[in-house]
Amino acid sequence: MIEPPVEMPIPVDWYLYLSAALFIVGVAGMLTRRNLFIMLFSLELMLNAVNINLVGFSRFHENLVGQNLVIFVMAIAAAEAAVGLAIATALYRNRKTLMVDLFDRMKG
Amino acid sequence: MENYIWLIPLLPFLAFLVTLLFGKWWIKESAHWLPILAMLGSFGLSLAAFIQIRGAEEPVVVELWRWFSVGSFQVPMSLQMDQLSAVMCLVVSGIGLLIFIYSKGYMHGDTGYYRFFAFMSLFAFSMLTLVLAGNYLLLYFGWEAVGLCSYYLIGFFYHKPEAAAAGKKAFIVNRIGDFGFGLGVMLIFVTFGTLDYVGVFEQVEAGAFGEATLIAIALLLFMGAMGKSAQFPLHVWLPDAMEGPTPVSALIHAATMVTAGVYLVARSAVIFASAPAALLVVGAIGTFTAIFAAIIGICQKDIKKVLAYSTVSQLGYMFMALGVGAWAIAIFHLMTHAFFKALLFLGAGSVIHAMGGEQDMDKMGGLRKRIPATYYTLVAGALALSGIFPFAGFWSKDDILGATWRDGKYLIWAVGLIAAFITAFYTFRMIFMTFFGKPRMDKETEKHIHESPWSMIVPLVVLAIGALLAGFLGMPGKLGAIQSFLDPVFAPADHILGIHEHTLAAIDYVLMVVSVLVAMLGIVLAWFMYVRRTYLPAFVGRKVRPVYKVVYNKFYVDEFYAATVVRLSVDGSRWLWKNFDEKIIDGAVNGTAWLWQRAGAVVRPLQTGRVQNYLLGIFIGLFVIATVVVFV
Repeated sequence: MIEPPVEMPIPVDWYLYLSAALFIVGVAGMLTRRNLFIMLFSLELMLNAVNINLVGFSRFHENLVGQNLVIFVMAIAAAEAAVGLAIATALYRNRKTLMVDLFDRMKG
Repeated sequence: MENYIWLIPLLPFLAFLVTLLFGKWWIKESAHWLPILAMLGSFGLSLAAFIQIRGAEEPVVVELWRWFSVGSFQVPMSLQMDQLSAVMCLVVSGIGLLIFIYSKGYMHGDTGYYRFFAFMSLFAFSMLTLVLAGNYLLLYFGWEAVGLCSYYLIGFFYHKPEAAAAGKKAFIVNRIGDFGFGLGVMLIFVTFGTLDYVGVFEQVEAGAFGEATLIAIALLLFMGAMGKSAQFPLHVWLPDAMEGPTPVSALIHAATMVTAGVYLVARSAVIFASAPAALLVVGAIGTFTAIFAAIIGICQKDIKKVLAYSTVSQLGYMFMALGVGAWAIAIFHLMTHAFFKALLFLGAGSVIHAMGGEQDMDKMGGLRKRIPATYYTLVAGALALSGIFPFAGFWSKDDILGATWRDGKYLIWAVGLIAAFITAFYTFRMIFMTFFGKPRMDKETEKHIHESPWSMIVPLVVLAIGALLAGFLGMPGKLGAIQSFLDPVFAPADHILGIHEHTLAAIDYVLMVVSVLVAMLGIVLAWFMYVRRTYLPAFVGRKVRPVYKVVYNKFYVDEFYAATVVRLSVDGSRWLWKNFDEKIIDGAVNGTAWLWQRAGAVVRPLQTGRVQNYLLGIFIGLFVIATVVVFV
């Protein structure tokens, strides 16, 4: 166990629990829900779980690179949301539905 | 000499290129000039080389450039001029020149006029390369190239199915011989480490090689010679080759290309002399072919077929001479034969020309007065072929028979003598059926009979003079100019065989008289049967009907091949097609496709097309990796 160089008001473990819980929720949503919107939301949850993880360790290691990375992840998440929502819109226009289990034309 | 002999084959090649490229659109009806001039040039240069090489002890070898250079496999592009090459060059370019001139008249108006002259030039190039080659590989190149030209020219009238088939037959039969020849060349390289004549012969003379190897080499080379020179059992292509235009028959299938086999054996005389068993095979095959083809010649009705079988028979004589080590005499007969056989073919062509394309002698007769120039020249050729004193054939054929006698091969001598009798008989049968008796053609054809143009008559006359005088070059014994001229080439082989220069004895004169008498007898018999008692041939034919049928059908050799070799390969190929190609080859290909199709069908359901199934896979994978990283 690495000794924390600075005193943290909230120990790093808690960040990890929160992050893991959020990630599990995201994964569960991603795998169980059929609505494309809900899946995109779940994706955001997972990304933010990662962000919390990064922020927590950034503080723990006194290293700002982790927080830098979070900014990048948020920017990319925004871009991904834009593209994802555009795809969802296009899909809906074509198929009049957003239930992904109906989109199985790529099956072998 | 070194600086010009490469021009001898090159000139016809240039004529070929220009004629082929520009013939169709530009040169057209004057396509004959360039090839004729090229042949004239080659002939002049050959003559110059012939004069310069006289008496030279060593051959002149000119290395133009290095052809192959792979490790120890070194083959130069080299030309070799010695007395043998000089004689062959003179024959090829000289007879070739006359036949080119003749073709100007004979082929006039043909749609393939330029094509004809182009391929004749290519043939001249190939043949001159063949005889000038300084090593076996270049010889092989020329050998295959003349075969190719022969194929082109036999199938010259390619719209005729028989001509196309005859071309293919010639090519395929020659392949069998050339297969042996190719193996022989390889064996020479493996044994001697070089393909140059000079190098190979030096090593053979030194005598460091087992006789079995030499016999194998000699027999393989002779296999090639049998194919090219139409010796039994590979003779079947030559009579069919008469489908080609008559000048082609004269130049390629009588005077020059078919003698390439004789040239090959004579060139390799040292090898053959060191392998007496192979030499015996050469003599036996030659003798058998000589009489076999002569017998078939008796019953042929097509004027060109008679001459074709006569060519096969005369080539047999040449191999007979080679078989008893009479190299120079074989070359001498090759030369005189080139003269009189070219003459006979061109004369026959002139007859066919006069008859408007008719070749069946049953529909000729009485042409003597109508086409006298053709008649007289053709009779000169026939006398030469029959071996009547003092025509060329007398000297050379008599020399051959004398050589077999001197060698103690009395059986060969006797068979040769009988063949000479038959030769005289069928030759004059042809003359009498064509020129004597009552005309048997229809009225329309008879009205159109005309003498050929000067361009056809002049070569005939020149060749007739040759047929009359060429024999004096090779008088027997010490008098023979050609024998002493060729001596430097053949002295090593003669030395190995222990043949010494021979002086004329009383027996030689007796043999001469005997062979002339036998030939005369043949002519008289022909005269009796075909002029005097014209009912006799049909009568005899009825009396010995089965024999006649067998001979008329050429001893059923073609049918035999059709029933055995051809049938076997066709059936075998069909069996392989059905069983090997369709079942194994196609089966392997289709089986591979089937296997992957089945395998695909098994794993295809994994690809559901649903994004969440894939995500599940990703997460499971992630989980496994994380577990491994953390706990292992």
